[in-house]
Amino acid sequence: MTPRSSDRPFLSLEAIGKSFGGVRALDDVSLDVAAGEIHCLAGENGSGKSTLIKVIAGVHRPDRGSIAIAGQPVASLTPITAVRQGVQVIYQDLSLFPNLTVAENLAINSLLEHRRTFVRWRDVRRTAERALERLRVSIDLDRLVGDLPISEKQLVAIARALLQDARLIVLDEPTTALTGVEVDALFALVRDLQQRGVAILFVTHKMREMLQAADRFTVLRNGRVVESGPAAEFDEARLTHAMTGRAIGESRFAGRVDASASPRLRIRDLTGPILRGVTFDVRPGEIVGLTGLLGAGQGELAARVAGLETRGTGEIAVDGATLPAHTVRAAARAGIGYVPEDRLREGLFLDRSIADNANASSLRALTTGLRLLSTRRMRSQADRWIHDLGVKTPSIDAPVRQLSGGNQQRVVLARVLATRPKVLVLNGPTVGVDVGAKEEIHATIRQLAAGGLAVLIVSDDLPELVQSCGRVIIFRHGRVATELGAATLTGDALQEQLSAAR
Amino acid sequence: MTGRGAPAGATLATRLASGGILGRTPFARLVVFTVAVFVSMTLLVGSDRFLTTANFQSIAFQLPELALLSFAMMLSMLTGGIDLSVVSIANLSSIVAAMTMVHVLRGEAGASGEAVAIVAGVGAGLCTGLACGLVNGCAVAFIRVPSILVTLGTLQLFTGLALVLTGGQAIIGLPDSFQWLGNGTLLAIPVPLWLCVGGAAVMAVLVNRTAFGVEARLVGTNPIAAWFAALPVRSVLVRTYVTTALVSSVTGLLMVSRANSAKADYGSSYLLQSILVVVLAGVDPAGGSARVLGVGLAVFALELLSSGFGMMRLTSFATELAWGAFLLLVMVINSVLERRGK
Amino acid sequence: MTSRVRRLLGRHELVLLVVTVLLSIVIGALNPAFYSLQNAFDLLKTSVPLGILTIGLLVVLISGGIDISFPAIAVAGMYITCTLAIDVRSLDHLPVLLAISTAIGLALGLFNAVLIHFFRLPALIVTLGTASVIRGALLEFVGTRTITNLPSSIIAFSRTNLFEATLANGASAALTVSILFFAGVAIAVALALRYTVIGRGAYAVGADLAAAERVGFNVRRIHLFVYGLMGALAGLVGIIHASIIRNANPLDLDGLELTVIAAAVIGGASITGGRGTVTGALLGVALMVIMDGSLVLVGLPSQWHQVFIGLVVLVSTSITALRTRSARAGEIAR
Repeated sequence: MTPRSSDRPFLSLEAIGKSFGGVRALDDVSLDVAAGEIHCLAGENGSGKSTLIKVIAGVHRPDRGSIAIAGQPVASLTPITAVRQGVQVIYQDLSLFPNLTVAENLAINSLLEHRRTFVRWRDVRRTAERALERLRVSIDLDRLVGDLPISEKQLVAIARALLQDARLIVLDEPTTALTGVEVDALFALVRDLQQRGVAILFVTHKMREMLQAADRFTVLRNGRVVESGPAAEFDEARLTHAMTGRAIGESRFAGRVDASASPRLRIRDLTGPILRGVTFDVRPGEIVGLTGLLGAGQGELAARVAGLETRGTGEIAVDGATLPAHTVRAAARAGIGYVPEDRLREGLFLDRSIADNANASSLRALTTGLRLLSTRRMRSQADRWIHDLGVKTPSIDAPVRQLSGGNQQRVVLARVLATRPKVLVLNGPTVGVDVGAKEEIHATIRQLAAGGLAVLIVSDDLPELVQSCGRVIIFRHGRVATELGAATLTGDALQEQLSAAR
Repeated sequence: MTGRGAPAGATLATRLASGGILGRTPFARLVVFTVAVFVSMTLLVGSDRFLTTANFQSIAFQLPELALLSFAMMLSMLTGGIDLSVVSIANLSSIVAAMTMVHVLRGEAGASGEAVAIVAGVGAGLCTGLACGLVNGCAVAFIRVPSILVTLGTLQLFTGLALVLTGGQAIIGLPDSFQWLGNGTLLAIPVPLWLCVGGAAVMAVLVNRTAFGVEARLVGTNPIAAWFAALPVRSVLVRTYVTTALVSSVTGLLMVSRANSAKADYGSSYLLQSILVVVLAGVDPAGGSARVLGVGLAVFALELLSSGFGMMRLTSFATELAWGAFLLLVMVINSVLERRGK
Repeated sequence: MTSRVRRLLGRHELVLLVVTVLLSIVIGALNPAFYSLQNAFDLLKTSVPLGILTIGLLVVLISGGIDISFPAIAVAGMYITCTLAIDVRSLDHLPVLLAISTAIGLALGLFNAVLIHFFRLPALIVTLGTASVIRGALLEFVGTRTITNLPSSIIAFSRTNLFEATLANGASAALTVSILFFAGVAIAVALALRYTVIGRGAYAVGADLAAAERVGFNVRRIHLFVYGLMGALAGLVGIIHASIIRNANPLDLDGLELTVIAAAVIGGASITGGRGTVTGALLGVALMVIMDGSLVLVGLPSQWHQVFIGLVVLVSTSITALRTRSARAGEIAR
């Protein structure tokens, strides 16, 4: 393997098109990845990234276009031929077995590849040792993978890929669950692989920290390549614009906040696994953005306020009343509503109707004298929120599964708002939502704030923060690093602070 | 597809392929199945023997026990669990109830003594059910042991306690008037059937029209989302297993009354039968669904089948074989049709 | 819980061993007859059918499945084989009978696997259905009468002992030869789970079926293997069971599935798949058999048996649940 042996790309996709039941997921997508190159494939959720990965992995067959690996055209790529040609995809779930040891997880592919019947444990160990040596890391081979931290699991997955003579490693959203320090370590490793001539394709929607590592960028939006070029030509603003189709700070929201009003939400000295003495207030009508690098504390703060994270000390109060316990139920009773990040897993009951979903958190308020549910009141409450939030559906009895991402998010919002919360915590409120729906959801949030709600938005979508928030709190190593108020809040300033927070 | 616009000449093959003749939903298939059982039994046995009041009377006395236990099983599956201890709860409750009655009766003779004995016995039986349900519910909700393991353990525990209490002997000498519950009629309809219809109504209201029922359904659909949505997940689980246990102990009381005695190993074949009924009714064992009407229909179909088999002088073994075969067949058909639908 | 306690609990097998030894000491203290050679041999004899079935179920549980049809399969293998051997005298040789019964079991197990794998049906409900079909068909079409005049080769087998001793008091103690089958199955399955790709595949499939498929395991073959093995072992147990109780009753073994599941779960096998060892299963069987066989020795009526089994299942599964919970605390909130 020689680094940058030629200008001929290792992987070359030419005018790839792919549709699913009439929906065009990829349209005329071309992409070249050279050996020894770190290539970043950026795009929001739903932009076609995951379809493209599956085309590269041989899972999906493209309808149109051609694929060439190492200069040779490949007629039909299957998962097996992809692996034989040196293409390794590391999915977000890593495909590791938590109940098996590190050694076995590393060696499992070579066992299966050689169609072995018996396992020779000495060979397994030797294979595993070789894999970790190649990566220049040391992990106890006899530990169960389930006991490892995420970052080490990822190393095991990468080592396993390298064992199979990977010449292109596709990393699907590799930084999602990592802390800042772990992200740095991952990048160091990736650069080391690059030195050895391995091509890397990073797939991400969190492009912020990619700017320091990538050689080239390709940005997908709505299934098409909108930008592609060397990293030197990109900065965060340009990337964001390419990904979202909007510039930072097109429109600003200047909410009227009564500075003399007593705070709706008071947070005092929250300390936990990551947080270190975080203190701030949110007044009625205020929209406060929380951001920072991965694992800097903004996510944990949201989890603490919503009662999801029960460990740690400190005080949370709503309208002056301190929460008696740090649990989801206590938070809900105090008037804190939470819109989770992972809508499908955490936010929705996919097989239940829109009405059931919208009413889920407020059923107790919809009963009549005999403690029976009032069908009329259930329907009217669901109807009202579905109408107010503009969910597009023929019937409130349709299962939520059938809705688009934006409409699903509105249903989650309807469920939370039906509880009449005083504080609203939104974690990534517009992830995977198309541009038009995004604007509408932002408008709804502003309206709600105008009605007196205190709103917290956890996001790393900079335009979202600049447009919607009255102020943005930037976290660093579990502390509040800086705060940008209405006067100082611009896209550039935010970016500058985030770079400084690194 | 054979929708409203299906051409008049749609062949049987295409109708079969689209699930048309078998019904498009599990419930429609169940209706078809019940009618098929009814018609074939009538034809095979002969309408003069099968379609008699006596036959339906006997079905009406037999059906309620299995129906009530199946409702209990259905409720436990609503939250995505399973309660294997339903029959053992029924038996333990019936034994506690019977022992209480016998004990009270020994102290107080006469008609008033009987009344006191029955009230005390029924109360003791229901309290036993409550306690059993709390054990199951707390282990599932607070210690978070998978329900199949909890109830496997309590199945042995409750049966064991029943054996210890009775020493394996049947308890006899119950108040005479208590037999009315299992063997009497009210307005020419068997009392057990009243109890069963009442149970079905209560169950239908509980799962469809109470906050608890809808929350249980949501917990069964997605327990993680239920936690994020601040639903009282633990309390829903505890109440699910307590209600399941209470329905089981009512069944236990019915069984004592019908047999006029209580025994620790009574009705053990009901466990598998109740699971079979619930799955046949189209309830998803993975959670989130409840079909009161479906369970009622499935029990009815199976009782028709076994009474017909009995009249044809087929053994109870043939019935067991047929039930198992139907269960497998229905599941395979549902699986094939669902995959075709996707 | 202190960290030391938690570390100790980390080795489930060790805890189980300690509990079993303590239980033996207590029982022995209450009644010294527990320590007699005869008692030991009797306990070993009772453990053979339970043990072989538990090991079969262990493999199913590891792969993330469950089977409750094996008692029906065992009875079917036993009864059909015995009926056959009585009608056709030339078949009356032990290896032939064992082969027939095992083959019947294997076929029924593979039938389960086909339903579970190809129609993607829940294993619990499928095996519930097949159990009722097998029992119903056996009793309806083969017979309901208990066979008391067993084929002569089975009688001979039941009288074959590995080891006999005449005790001081004149009584004799004998160790049945069927213990060799138990030992053989235990060793073979332990080796298969550890040293074959299909055995490791069972662990992989039990942990994450989708990932196992993606990595390249042949999931179909693994499903056929685990349910086929369970069925074949059940068929084998059928003949051994007949030899132990010296008759073949087609209504026998009803409810045994619950005892076997309990033994496997006490032994540390996870009902959700991916976890379990032969050593653990053997200890689970030992605990069940010692408890079962010793209640009478310590003067408790046998009715207490189920109470204890129930309590042990509840306690052991609760400990497992509490342990996995403390290990995962905080994982939800990222």
